[in-house]
Amino acid sequence: MALLSVEHLTVSYGAIRAVRDLSLSVEAGEIVAVLGANGAGKSSTLNAIMGLLPASEGSVRLDGREIHGTPPERVVRLGMTLTPEGRHVFPRLTVEENLVLGAIPLRDRSRAQALRRRIFERFPVLAERRGQQAGTLSGGEQQQLAIARSLMSGPRLLLLDEPSLGLAPRYVDLIFDLILDLREEGTTILLVEQNVERTLSIADRGYVLVTGQLQLSGPAAELQASSGIERAYLGIGVA
Amino acid sequence: MDLFVQQLVNAISLGGVYALLALGLAMVFSIMGLVNFAHGEIMTLGGYAMWFVTVQFGAPLPVVVAASVLTGLVAALLMERIAFRPVRGASVVTMLLTSFAVSVMLQVTFQNVISPRPKGVQLPPEMSRVIPVLGVEIGVIQLTAIVMVLVSLGLIMLFLRRTTLGISMRAAAQDFSVARLMGIHADAVVATAFAISGLLAGVAAFLWVAQRGSVDPGMGLTPIIKAFIASVMGGLGSLPGAVVGGFVLGFVEIMLQAWLPQAALPFKDAASLAIVIAILLWRPQGLLGRAADRV
Repeated sequence: MALLSVEHLTVSYGAIRAVRDLSLSVEAGEIVAVLGANGAGKSSTLNAIMGLLPASEGSVRLDGREIHGTPPERVVRLGMTLTPEGRHVFPRLTVEENLVLGAIPLRDRSRAQALRRRIFERFPVLAERRGQQAGTLSGGEQQQLAIARSLMSGPRLLLLDEPSLGLAPRYVDLIFDLILDLREEGTTILLVEQNVERTLSIADRGYVLVTGQLQLSGPAAELQASSGIERAYLGIGVA
Repeated sequence: MDLFVQQLVNAISLGGVYALLALGLAMVFSIMGLVNFAHGEIMTLGGYAMWFVTVQFGAPLPVVVAASVLTGLVAALLMERIAFRPVRGASVVTMLLTSFAVSVMLQVTFQNVISPRPKGVQLPPEMSRVIPVLGVEIGVIQLTAIVMVLVSLGLIMLFLRRTTLGISMRAAAQDFSVARLMGIHADAVVATAFAISGLLAGVAAFLWVAQRGSVDPGMGLTPIIKAFIASVMGGLGSLPGAVVGGFVLGFVEIMLQAWLPQAALPFKDAASLAIVIAILLWRPQGLLGRAADRV
């Protein structure tokens, strides 16, 4: 049984359909990419899966359990969380306070302590700046904090929305390495990215969206070789 | 010099009451974007609770305080559950009109069920005594006000800084939907904001009624307008701003009262509002407000 299975997902903003009849699935241990041009509906897909968008139809199942319509504060307790596009750390809370909030879904205090230690090892810059307001961090540091905050809930499935967007090259490397490490440690990843080449080089499978509809899907290696993906980005679509 | 110190004490005690009310308004506003004009009626209810326990049972002072504070708490929670939860996420105008409706309905209820006339609240005579502190004569009421305001503000600050729920409140005020991604329950955070605003309004009610000795249906109007002005002056939505705005407004009012010439006294509110306008022209975002980051 797939860890996450989405069927016939449709997301609307008023009269505009951002996502139409999308089905996808993620198996435990995979890195799955969702690709597409700006406005193709990638972020809407992640937000709808997470329950942040009320106006969506279709079915979203986590471990076979229907979670469509469940509010995000419940979904995170089921082991799935989202690191939103644009990082969205709480700028006027300290690094430490941001991490405290990330651990709210955990009942187990000692597990939260262990995760916190692990995160400070993994992100030394966050340990260094733990007392600093998050808004004063650089973009790359904020992205690390945003992901670290998501990891504090101990997710089995992590949805990452454009984690490398607007970052300096060395942070882009760091983020992609981090994604591979996380998978190594058993976290499943559903990744939305602009950086197609890097993404397909680490992903197992990918889905390509064009104006809200699925155009292409398959193993990452096949997508890399296909010409359809470039056309999807040029907005021509695939015949 | 003595006169200045005495006026300063008055300013801090009056400003403190404004600060408590403004902080309650700012708390609710920062979490759900609602300017709750029925906040004044929470205060009035606290005042009626004081009247009730003193007249009916001749309750001692601590009980009177508890009655006012608890009534504030319960009234705020009920208001949230009955009137404001259904319009959560609605437009600012919808929420504002809802709060006006709640305010008017409560005032009319007080007039019809209790009385349109003021009800006297008898507090122990020690409350209205004057005691010498460091060579200056200071009223017990003023002193009580300063202590209660500082203790309340201190406790709120500890709560917001040290507890997970408090940190969640600050997070929700900054970015509500991301706060939900952290597993923070929207209902819990909103209810907590109302609970705190109600507790603070209850404390303010005690201090206000202790000062004037009576409660009437329209009692909440003046302080709530002052508190609103204070929170705008401090930077609407900023919690420290609301507190600072409250104290500044109290200071301005008391100093004008003390030093304006007799003939100009009828214009003291106009003068204090002119000062507020001048402050806002100088800093349109308010004293501690942030210009662009409340989205």
